[in-house]
Amino acid sequence: MFSEMFLKLWNNGIIQKGIWETIYMTFLSSAIAYVIGLPLGVILNVTGKEGIRPMPILNRILGFIVNFFRSIPFIILMVAMLPVAKLIVGVSLGNKAMIVMLVIASTPYIARMVESSLKEVNAGVIEAAQSMGTNNIQIICKVLLPEAKPALITGAVISMVTILGYSAMSATIGGTGLGQIAISYGHQRFNSDVTWCCVFLTVIIVQIIQEFGMWIAHKTDKRIHD
Amino acid sequence: MIELKNLGKKYKSKNLEIVAIEDVNLTIKDGEIYGIIGLSGAGKSTLVRCINLLEIPTLGQVIIDGEDITKISRKKLLELRRSIGMIFQGFNLLEQRTVIRNVMFPLEIAGEKLDKAKTRAMELLKLIGLEDRASSYPSQLSGGQKQRVAIARALATNPKYLLCDEATSALDPNTTRSILDLLKQINDTMGVTIIVITHEMRVIDQICDRVAVLDQSRIAEEGKVSEVFINPKSKIAKELIFPDKKANFEIHGGRRIRLTFHPDYSMEPLISEMILECQIPISILFADIKEIDGGSYGQMIVELPSENKDAEKIITWLTNSVIEWQEEV
Repeated sequence: MFSEMFLKLWNNGIIQKGIWETIYMTFLSSAIAYVIGLPLGVILNVTGKEGIRPMPILNRILGFIVNFFRSIPFIILMVAMLPVAKLIVGVSLGNKAMIVMLVIASTPYIARMVESSLKEVNAGVIEAAQSMGTNNIQIICKVLLPEAKPALITGAVISMVTILGYSAMSATIGGTGLGQIAISYGHQRFNSDVTWCCVFLTVIIVQIIQEFGMWIAHKTDKRIHD
Repeated sequence: MIELKNLGKKYKSKNLEIVAIEDVNLTIKDGEIYGIIGLSGAGKSTLVRCINLLEIPTLGQVIIDGEDITKISRKKLLELRRSIGMIFQGFNLLEQRTVIRNVMFPLEIAGEKLDKAKTRAMELLKLIGLEDRASSYPSQLSGGQKQRVAIARALATNPKYLLCDEATSALDPNTTRSILDLLKQINDTMGVTIIVITHEMRVIDQICDRVAVLDQSRIAEEGKVSEVFINPKSKIAKELIFPDKKANFEIHGGRRIRLTFHPDYSMEPLISEMILECQIPISILFADIKEIDGGSYGQMIVELPSENKDAEKIITWLTNSVIEWQEEV
């Protein structure tokens, strides 16, 4: 049923390693991207026109940078950012470099996601908090982020699935993981069962992230259920 | 004491200037319940937000206990806001926090210790009658219960003033009544000065001591509720007191006068006496009774016969009676 190539890959643990690499790149990139993207999204929100501390110039500059990176197709961004990866992690090949790419590509996306999640918080609740004498930091930490938590988790799930997709694409310039297996062992050597196996495994990983993430989002949301 | 002096607020956009409030002068004494009534768009919400500087006035002074708060530092302002509670039409509870943690929120902000804050919050929940819902979430409460929690939250830091921005407008009449009773009770027992913003006359009737009528960004008239009610001078006040009366009665030629019945005579059949004694028919265009400070004030608009002699006879009778009357224009 399976081709020789598939059995060889399986028996040598290459597919298993690919699964692990995909998961590890996705999670690590997401984590790092959130460390930068979350504060960036908060700043975009609070300095916006309707934000708690409007700063039009800063907002416009950040908005421009974010839009700039978001408008470059990932595959081109990757190639363009190779020197940057080399500068940051010393290499322009392999997983370390790919993680830099994934972070650069997904941070602006995450920032916008966070910004729009925070926008969902009822302006009246923010006003009520202000009427109690909260300062802006307290509003961010005690009102905006906790009230937007379900939307933030949903956003994180969507971001992670996107990053997982990017990680597969990174195989074209030296990334590893299931994408790389699909391309070099499946596509280039005409073993369609290897390709389909990688697709199938990717679908399963996406499903797990999606279902688990939504379950947490629903569980933590106190608005709908008892 | 809160004094608003020559207060004004304008919003500027590129080619448009909108005046929200203009030339507002008010004094709100400690311990009273002060009502500000107006139609939507009159500037009520802006006005009440100028009191805790959620809106920064573009002109004039907001003097609280002798200090012009438009001039104090931001740090002092944040501290001052703890002495001015506020509740809203939309309740504005934190949806992801339990009831008790909502009430604890302002105490947390003020840096109160957790166990102390909890004790205080429980006290307040007892006051509003929701101590058994402490660990519920706002989404599990009814509108009236949410507003009660919002009141408890606003009172957590022991404020001297409480601002109510259309606090009962989203509630049904019975719930409105119970929330107003609670506010009255808070005013009586805790001595909190309450400022009520509303478009509903019944809110003013039921709890306010004094009222200001806001119309097109300005104060149209101001005074004790019973006085404004008996003798409204401005057109807007009349409209608010008779909300159902659309000013377009068919005029048959007769003069229209407005009669006000003082609570002391509410049990006497004054109109019947008038008709029987004068032997002249009148048509009643509008009638209403309102409870203010426990007394029933009646209002009636009648049309006199077009025959001048008959009309004069009734006027003479009225002038000698206990009924207050006024020509309706």
